Amino acid sequence: MPVAEREFQIQPPPAGALRSHRLSHLELLEAESIHILREVASEFERPVMLYSIGKDSSVMLRLAQKAFYPAPIPFPLLHIDTGFKFAEMLAFRDETARQVGAELLVWRNEPAIAAGTNPIVLDTKRCCGLLKTQALLDALKHYNFDAAFGGARRDEEKSRAKERIYSFRDSAGQWDPKNQRPELWNLYNARIHPGESIRVFPLSNWTEMDVWQYIHEEKIPVVDLYFAKERPMYVRGEALLPIEQEFVAHPGEKPQMVKCRLRSLGCSPCTGAIRSDADTIPAIIAELISFRSSERANRAIDHDQEGSMEIKKREGYF
Amino acid sequence: MAVAAELEDRKFEIGEFLRQEREKDLLRFSTAGSVDDGKSTLIGRLLYDTQSVYDDQVRSIEGKGTAAPGQIDFALLTDGLRAEREQGITIDVAYRYFSTAHRKFIIADTPGHEQYTRNMATGASTADAAIVLVDASKGVLVQSRRHAYIASLLRVGHVLVAVNKMDLIAFDETKFRAIETEFSAVLDQIATDTGTPVERHFVPVSALAGDNVVHRSPSMPWYTGPSLLELLEALPSAQGARSAPLRFPVQRVLRPDQSFRGFAGQIASGTARPGDEVTVLPSNRSAKVERIVTWDGDLDEAIAPISVTLVLDRELDISRGDLIVAAPAPATIARSLKAAVVWMDQRPLDLSRRYLLKHTSQTVPAFPASVDYRTDLTTLGHVPAQTLEMNDIGAVTVNLLRPIALDRYGDNRSTGAFILIDSETNATVAAGMVTAASSDVTTGIEDESGAWGRVTAGEREARWGHRGGVLEISGPAALIHAIERSLFAVGVVTSRIDMDEVSFQRHPDLLGILTGIQTRSGLLTLVVHANESGKLTARAEGEQVSVDTDESIRAVSAVHQLLHRVGIFVSSEMAGL
Repeated sequence: MPVAEREFQIQPPPAGALRSHRLSHLELLEAESIHILREVASEFERPVMLYSIGKDSSVMLRLAQKAFYPAPIPFPLLHIDTGFKFAEMLAFRDETARQVGAELLVWRNEPAIAAGTNPIVLDTKRCCGLLKTQALLDALKHYNFDAAFGGARRDEEKSRAKERIYSFRDSAGQWDPKNQRPELWNLYNARIHPGESIRVFPLSNWTEMDVWQYIHEEKIPVVDLYFAKERPMYVRGEALLPIEQEFVAHPGEKPQMVKCRLRSLGCSPCTGAIRSDADTIPAIIAELISFRSSERANRAIDHDQEGSMEIKKREGYF
Repeated sequence: MAVAAELEDRKFEIGEFLRQEREKDLLRFSTAGSVDDGKSTLIGRLLYDTQSVYDDQVRSIEGKGTAAPGQIDFALLTDGLRAEREQGITIDVAYRYFSTAHRKFIIADTPGHEQYTRNMATGASTADAAIVLVDASKGVLVQSRRHAYIASLLRVGHVLVAVNKMDLIAFDETKFRAIETEFSAVLDQIATDTGTPVERHFVPVSALAGDNVVHRSPSMPWYTGPSLLELLEALPSAQGARSAPLRFPVQRVLRPDQSFRGFAGQIASGTARPGDEVTVLPSNRSAKVERIVTWDGDLDEAIAPISVTLVLDRELDISRGDLIVAAPAPATIARSLKAAVVWMDQRPLDLSRRYLLKHTSQTVPAFPASVDYRTDLTTLGHVPAQTLEMNDIGAVTVNLLRPIALDRYGDNRSTGAFILIDSETNATVAAGMVTAASSDVTTGIEDESGAWGRVTAGEREARWGHRGGVLEISGPAALIHAIERSLFAVGVVTSRIDMDEVSFQRHPDLLGILTGIQTRSGLLTLVVHANESGKLTARAEGEQVSVDTDESIRAVSAVHQLLHRVGIFVSSEMAGL
């Protein structure tokens, strides 16, 4: 697409500036998310923030810093490590936790990882079920967390569009889409019985575009994999597969250098890259405008069958 | 995405684009309707024509549903759950997002049938505008009246009446004007009932063909007004009633160290500036705003609905749930309130039960005192009622265990709103909009016998949260003291009879007479047999539990659970469940 490249910086409004102008959509979304973060921290015994290292988690983490400033974030971060995350992601995770000063918990389904679980041996659905969903449920149970923040947005996928901001889960961690609590105004029902929990989505009303614009305006660091760079990839037609895991390669297949980037960060065997020249955040935003497919289109896990996200969520997935 | 085509035509300038994006505001609107009204088609059309749908999403539904090959059934873009696709209906509220060059939009897309009234109210609660659909070929049906009523009750500022399926009546202006006249009269009647004037806009559309949805229609040259989208872009966005007096519910006290004490919250209405005189409710103490703290630096002014942290100029005892208000215009302190409510639970409203009322950042036990009426949404008349069932709308009087600071919903959509939670199931059972408040507890003034007759068991239960009963308990004295104290701590009204007292040994009948009177008076009588046994045994209503005395915490909890199981504790809260 025709993008006129130009260095571009947007200055945030100076501190102390009069804000009698109408609030922009990002200011409104920020205010709503901060309200949610503070409600949960005040009403639950043991909240936790699921930190997945991606752009949405990065925004959520910044909002948490803002919500409790000048106090520290009053809950730990939890990363579910499938063992298939990119090395750059793990380094970024540790550095971020250090800089933010938050407690970072990492949980892996070690028995499943030791048994050699991967999306080729199993199918993506069962692999995900073990390494992500099961690991998450085990971690929540182990630490006795009663509320868990996730960075999911309603614009990502059709079944997410009907999810509440406080998503009630029964004692098995499961979601019942037909029996959700009504959610009115900004009055969230935080009452649960022992063993039950709530998944909370402070970014529910953000779109992919909002997230990138906020990252741009707030200068929030994100993993380098989002920016276009020459990277070795297995090239199969339109698809670009990261070479992190050897089992991904077909016999005799050799990687090629391709200028590309990741649009959403997942496990390396199931996250395709896209060809791109976008190496700055404005360029990523410009590219986004030209896109005609949704961000999860490159994720194998959402396309196993019709309504597969809904099925996973019922089983306890985020 | 909406701007993509537009931008591709001229030389795309990302800097300019980002500047424009920063200026966009946000409008939330709700829609209600069923597949029959063409609601999903209308939303699908709005998303598709503003290029807010990705190609892979369009491809995944092309030729499916009721569409002919190569065509698109727009309803499939919006029905997200399997049950919905299987049954071809919208069940739950779905939120959708799109943007134009001027504004971002959030749609709360809700089903239209009567059994989903609660979902419509949910969608309307945060909306600045509502699109009400009227099927041009059928005229004004009950369903459209219901949507308009709910929109008005929840104080949605603007009602956009989309007279859909104009293609089925050959784009006939006379028929459109007749619907306009008829529905306008209905809206006037609704406004009289809800007390909220309804700003209205009528647009003739054909969602199927796209007439007057995004683009103006060449098929209806007689209509010179804006398309639906043009209207949505032009409506003033009601950004949190900033002209109203300051209301700031405290969500959390931030105290990172000895030197800083700030009150975190979201401004519900009005503006805060350093130096402003404020009052903290319900304690009614005054202070001045010293600083408005944010991560991005201190502010000279904060307007609703921004989230900030306020620092006051003096030490006051303030905690979560308190309301900081403009000193010249304080809120009302209420122990009793009247409200319009939408009942949302399978279990009907039960006047003998205790609920939890969540209002801004606080939750207080609440006791419904009376159902004042139920609204018949077909006639808009008020019908006498003893209870409210799921999807009923009516008016109730509610007493609160503790006073709270509030406003009328008509004056403030944030501090006038509440939800009711069932204290046993934890379900959200009702949405309430305050219409009147009193600092005294209401005892059912309309009901003479209730106000002046004997105090009933139900009234005692409502006040104390438990019924009368007898708990027989034997075991070591220290553990029994602990149990008595734990009951006292959660507010149980107890009386204690030690069986080693001589009077009970002399008069064996006395115990039964006394416990009978006390039970009828709503007290929990502890009949205590202290001994040196290694077991604690508790009995109530014929049920018994026995616990080792060395596990004292378990013993206490077992007794509370027993009292819940046998129905003496009405809510699970006292049982610590």
